[in-house]
Amino acid sequence: MSTTAIVGYGAYVPRYRLKRSDIAATLGTPPGRGARLVASYDEDSTSMAVEAARATLGGSRDLGALYFATTAPAYVDKSNAAIVHAALGLGERCLAADTGGAVRSATAALRAAALDHGLAVFADVRGGRPGSADERDGADAAVALAFGHASDEQAIAEILATVSISGEVHDRWRLPGESSSHTWEERFAVGFLTAAATKATAAVLGEAGITGAPEHVVVSSPHTRAAAQVRRGFAKEAIVDGPVLAGGHAGTADIGLQLIAALDRAAPGDTILAVQISDGCDALVLRVLPGALQAPNRGKLAVALAGGEPVPYPAYLTWRGRLDREPPRRPEPTPPAGPPVARNASWKFGFVGSRCTACDHVHLPPQRVCTGCGVVDAMEDVRMADRPATVANLTVDRLAYSLAPPVTNVVLDFDGGGRFACQVADAAFGSVALGDRMDLTFRRLFTAGGIHNYFWKARPLDVAATGATEAAHGQ
Amino acid sequence: MASNGICDRVAIVGMGCTPFGEHWDSSVDDLMVDAVQECVGSVPDFTRESVDAYWLGTMGSGSSGMTLSRPLKIDHKPVTRVENFCATGSEAFRNACYAVASGAYDCVMAVGAEKLKDSGFSGLVLPALPGDGTESDLTAPALFSLLVPAYSQAYGVDEDVMKRVMTRIAYKNHANGAKNERAQFRKVVSEETIACSPLVAGPLGIFDCSGVADGAAAALIVRAEDAHRYSDNPIYVKALSLIAGPGQGSQDPRYDFTSFTEVVACAKDAYAQAGVTDPRTQISMAEVHDCFTPTELVLMEDLGFSERGAGWQDVLDGHFDLDGRLPVNPDGGLKSFGHPIGASGLRMLFEMWLQLRGEAGERQLENPRLGLTQNLGGQPGACVSFISIVGREPN
Repeated sequence: MSTTAIVGYGAYVPRYRLKRSDIAATLGTPPGRGARLVASYDEDSTSMAVEAARATLGGSRDLGALYFATTAPAYVDKSNAAIVHAALGLGERCLAADTGGAVRSATAALRAAALDHGLAVFADVRGGRPGSADERDGADAAVALAFGHASDEQAIAEILATVSISGEVHDRWRLPGESSSHTWEERFAVGFLTAAATKATAAVLGEAGITGAPEHVVVSSPHTRAAAQVRRGFAKEAIVDGPVLAGGHAGTADIGLQLIAALDRAAPGDTILAVQISDGCDALVLRVLPGALQAPNRGKLAVALAGGEPVPYPAYLTWRGRLDREPPRRPEPTPPAGPPVARNASWKFGFVGSRCTACDHVHLPPQRVCTGCGVVDAMEDVRMADRPATVANLTVDRLAYSLAPPVTNVVLDFDGGGRFACQVADAAFGSVALGDRMDLTFRRLFTAGGIHNYFWKARPLDVAATGATEAAHGQ
Repeated sequence: MASNGICDRVAIVGMGCTPFGEHWDSSVDDLMVDAVQECVGSVPDFTRESVDAYWLGTMGSGSSGMTLSRPLKIDHKPVTRVENFCATGSEAFRNACYAVASGAYDCVMAVGAEKLKDSGFSGLVLPALPGDGTESDLTAPALFSLLVPAYSQAYGVDEDVMKRVMTRIAYKNHANGAKNERAQFRKVVSEETIACSPLVAGPLGIFDCSGVADGAAAALIVRAEDAHRYSDNPIYVKALSLIAGPGQGSQDPRYDFTSFTEVVACAKDAYAQAGVTDPRTQISMAEVHDCFTPTELVLMEDLGFSERGAGWQDVLDGHFDLDGRLPVNPDGGLKSFGHPIGASGLRMLFEMWLQLRGEAGERQLENPRLGLTQNLGGQPGACVSFISIVGREPN
């Protein structure tokens, strides 16, 4: 029987970066270096999970299980995985399940997805009180890993062994409803965590039958000091330095980001040791397969991490609700209502329109009566979320309320038919022109009445991004 | 489509119109009472008891006919409240005309009213229906600003010229409004001030947008053959057209944002009803829906006042100025009046009433014979359009 392997991976790296020097200058604290990844005001763990999963799945929707892990769930009690499932347009027989709360839930999602040959999606928005280490040393990102048989042609790395050491230690916690975590003195848990890591590492390498040193070592932990100490046990050139890559610890997405960084640089035959240290330690040994060289997203993470643009610290605080700014003299937006959302779920989440079977006219949103030929109820579903489009008209709206003004709106004409007008996500002012090529990105437009309003925005089609490429979209 | 029209079968014999503005001291009830009293007072020896039925247009200042019957203490008569976006006031008028033309009533009053400044919000606030959260959230100026790059590209008019054309329209309408005691804004604004005003959406500056105001207006309608029993100077209704489009422009790649197709269809219908074959020469004056300056530019072509792609040149040539060949928005338009939705259509008719009767004071045009009013409600690619044509004498 074939062993289990990673058969696909993809990361979503948000566009914005927060410079530590900006935090320091604003708060009058000692200067910091570097920058961390920041999700935009209209992104959350669910929306970023959708983007990472889209990048990983490409055009395929043949999936039996999806596990979503985050420490920053957009909803509790209600499934966030169900929203990711709907946005991806997965089949109703595909399990969509949430693991969450703790950083370690990433391991739960990874193990479950590996067993089911499904998709593990990790996404997090990490922050803390202004001036805190969590704010400074966190990162927002999402990763998806697809699992299958090691014998699959596209298999990237087979799992040789997994070992977990569990134990209770009260070093990091947050009560439900709180927006910032608490931590005990950093030195307190170092001993416990490093001991767990040492045990897990030895055990997993033994189970995998690895006698020499692994070529690549991934160490991920929200406990910076414990992670640093564990890294010192390995050759420097073997260490995949995730925190430097992402500018901070990306919560549940962190181990995935680092794994991708390792896969991106690894050669077939290499061994990867991945260690996640929190509430104990989870260790994983992978052997890289020839398919790694053909992985569709190989090399894209580094490009995405190298891009981005700075967000001013006051804007960041406003986005996170930590700076209570004067609202416009306009009514609150209307929260989406349950029944129409349920009726229109494939449209709202999956951007599924209707195409007239008589004249091919594409309708966004779906219609019963054809605009092109007037025929009634002769429509077929057509998912347009992954189609590229061309900007047919545009305007910059300085009146519209936004946490990142001004709003750029575009009228998009999609390849294969259909038109839709929407906002441009992450638009740098003046950067959009008539005729530009764009695709869609899943965003949280606003939250009102305790309900998140998820829908799609436009973004420049960027072949360099970790997301799907124009060629991959196809027709 | 059979659109038979009711050319010359009904006439307006009385009108009233409040000043438009931020009426902090007046309720919508006050504004309606004022407009109706002025309308009744404009007809010699007429009392409100002679009105057989009422049509009230208001977008959001009340629901049902009781919005009007309660403040006026209307004594058990038919009162119908209508709504049709920015054509709401015009829709009240249109339905009132049909009621008289049908013979159902002898004397009907159309009232339009809107109180926008009580909400505490800036701009228009539309009632929000429960939805799935995917509805377009573009603001009105953003939606109408889409006309500019589209027009510019279609006719090779560069950005600077487009800005001059828009500025000229705003200048003209403010200059006209400065001569109107009922207008919200009564100042001539220099072209430099207009052109340099802060940007709102796309190339639209603040002065390219109409304002927000409260107001009310009313018209008394009777059969044409009875008109002289009420007034020595009635005005005759030549055409009434209302068109709703399929509303797919922002979802249909065939739409190019250089025209309001609903207005084109509406104009064709209205001109057929009135027997107008060459609007550019036959129409003496027009009140059109200048919600934003590029709207007025595109309307000049959709209404057949200018050839396609030539409207911008006509604007710059002064063709639509108060002393031009076809004065447009002689009363100052939405630009000077603001836009209390339910009242605007009847406010436009009020200018026709004054001009055709020679009562427009320093704005008075020389011998106007045929006037056109036009409203649109919605956005480029998805709107309703209304047109009326009224004249000084029956054909």
